[in-house]
Amino acid sequence: MISLSAAMLATFRRDLLLAYRAKGELLNPLMFFLIVSSLFPLAVSPDPEFLGSIAPGIIWVGALLATLLSLDLLFKADHDDGTLEQFLLMPQPLVFLVLSKILAHWCIAGLPLVIVAPLLGVMLGLPENAYFALMMSLLLGTPILSLLGAIGAGLTVGLKKGGMLLPLLILPLYIPVLIFGASAVQSAGQGMAINGHIAFLGAYLFFTLAVCPLATVAALKLSVAR
Amino acid sequence: MSQSAWIEARNLRCERDDRCLFHNLSFTLNSGEILQVAGPNGAGKSTLLRILIGLSAGYEGGLSWMGQDMRAGRYDFLANTLYLGHQPGVKGAMTPEENLIWWQSRFSKAERNSVYAALEQVGLRGYEDIPSYHLSAGQQRRVALARLYLQPPKLWILDEPFTAIDKAGVTRLEQTIVEHAQRGGAVILTTHHELPQSVPVRTLTLGGAQ
Amino acid sequence: MWNYLKRLYHKMGSPKWFYDISNKWLPWLIGVGCLLMGVGLVWGLAYAPADYLQGNSFRIIYIHVPAAIVAQSCYMLMAVAGLVAMVWRMKIAFWVMRAAAPIGVSVTAIALFTGAIWGKPTWGTWWVWDARLTSMLILLFLYFGVIALYNAIEDDELANKAGAILSIVGVINIPIIKYSVEWWNTLHQPATITLTKKPTMAPEMFIPLVLTIVGFYCWFAVWLILRTQNEILWRERRTKWVQQVTNHVL
Repeated sequence: MISLSAAMLATFRRDLLLAYRAKGELLNPLMFFLIVSSLFPLAVSPDPEFLGSIAPGIIWVGALLATLLSLDLLFKADHDDGTLEQFLLMPQPLVFLVLSKILAHWCIAGLPLVIVAPLLGVMLGLPENAYFALMMSLLLGTPILSLLGAIGAGLTVGLKKGGMLLPLLILPLYIPVLIFGASAVQSAGQGMAINGHIAFLGAYLFFTLAVCPLATVAALKLSVAR
Repeated sequence: MSQSAWIEARNLRCERDDRCLFHNLSFTLNSGEILQVAGPNGAGKSTLLRILIGLSAGYEGGLSWMGQDMRAGRYDFLANTLYLGHQPGVKGAMTPEENLIWWQSRFSKAERNSVYAALEQVGLRGYEDIPSYHLSAGQQRRVALARLYLQPPKLWILDEPFTAIDKAGVTRLEQTIVEHAQRGGAVILTTHHELPQSVPVRTLTLGGAQ
Repeated sequence: MWNYLKRLYHKMGSPKWFYDISNKWLPWLIGVGCLLMGVGLVWGLAYAPADYLQGNSFRIIYIHVPAAIVAQSCYMLMAVAGLVAMVWRMKIAFWVMRAAAPIGVSVTAIALFTGAIWGKPTWGTWWVWDARLTSMLILLFLYFGVIALYNAIEDDELANKAGAILSIVGVINIPIIKYSVEWWNTLHQPATITLTKKPTMAPEMFIPLVLTIVGFYCWFAVWLILRTQNEILWRERRTKWVQQVTNHVL
């Protein structure tokens, strides 16, 4: 028998390989993130001071929506070609295998957002002292988005009309991350401490790490039973 | 018989959409046996296989693996079982070689040579590094079937394995199934394909008599 | 003791038992509910003193607060029913869950609507991003999710299980959502008048409120039982006892 860690690694590497093979698709959420965030200056006002004050919110909402779009990558293709079935039949505890799939998803979809975010900060006139908080909050927050999103992706994976459904299921659950993430950046911009925000996001990350893979496995088992 | 059966089903009962697919279904499967699940369309053949493999939970009754309850012995069961469903489970963006290596990695470290040998067996040697979406439907089926030739698990659960396979491939597959049983493995399959007399098969018929 | 619990479990798992016993409860619940609501509303609307700050407009709490409380309980109930159904494979619990979702939406909508009406004289605007109203709004979104999921999945059994998973995940997250919304609210709007959270409430204002809350719960139970009974009759329509019941009615 093969060890659990080897199976997790194999799952992780497979998903990264697949993402690498479909490089074009990989860029879509990122481009979406850029475009959506640049709509705000056009829609609201290009005044740098005003933009700077709402930039944390814009960037965080943009990251949230981009993650939401990318959740389709997680299980949908696997479900359509039957590899999800074979995945669920792996003789290792599924909770951990799902966790490594989610981790791969974050590397593919979440991490690029964290890296691009400072660029958007510059374009939106984010105060200089807020960049560390921006990166930090996104670094802790985007994995939570992937973890919570996995539950929704698992529940909707077999559905033909799942596309519109997923945001309805998941967005309300994203609210705490949005609140703490955006306000961390805002507070940092105003020169205030952000320890509390970071602590909350960290705690929430651990909490979702414990809960979400379990719920996702239950959801996936349901979805293949259809 | 001192040893417990590989698979033992006791009084299985399954309902779908208020319709009873089967009830009081009991059977055993042992080393060296080939069991064909037969019946008309919609009789619940695929459903039965999916219940056995654990992809479908909507049933009542008892199922055990090597004398142990199926749920308790799940990891041991999965470590010894190969399931082939309606979908080939072959990733288009990956080459046949990558597909097989990923699949094998759940059991043991996959070796390139054994993967090549398996592809040779299904007549796909030379295709190993072509992305699978370039292959035809039949060839993709063959990639899935190549799993039978990798260090094979003891128990095969095959749902319509002969679909989209050409004549020569069918003969080859029949032979493989018989050989697997002779080596001490066990096979449970559904098919509408007429198995030749040379295949020693036990039949379990679903539907009709309700 | 154990055997008694086991028997109870089997009884409660039986749709017929639930149908019969809930039929016995119904008249009581309706009676008590109407009595409490009647007394509470008349007392609250006509006899309770006006609020020293808000005048008479505060009286809408006799609808708003019960609705808000029941709306939250209803989500809890869905999650508990979902957990029971998943763990002990109890069909009835799934049906209760399914019956509760639309009730939850309506009650939450009532709470939001009355909140808005109350907001107009209090804050001078229909909607304020007050912590409680925002929490209610998010609760409404959570209900939307469950209902949308029910509607999207054709197979009833799978839809029930999916709904159970979602509401369990939702209920685990509710305290976190509430906490973060309250925290967010203090950050952005210090010192607004919070609805309902008065430091002191005169007993002659408070007692009718308790009466309407309990009354609202009774009405909620009636509504839930009726919807669940409907669900039972439909699911079990092939069984003999349901056919007897329906023949009797028709």
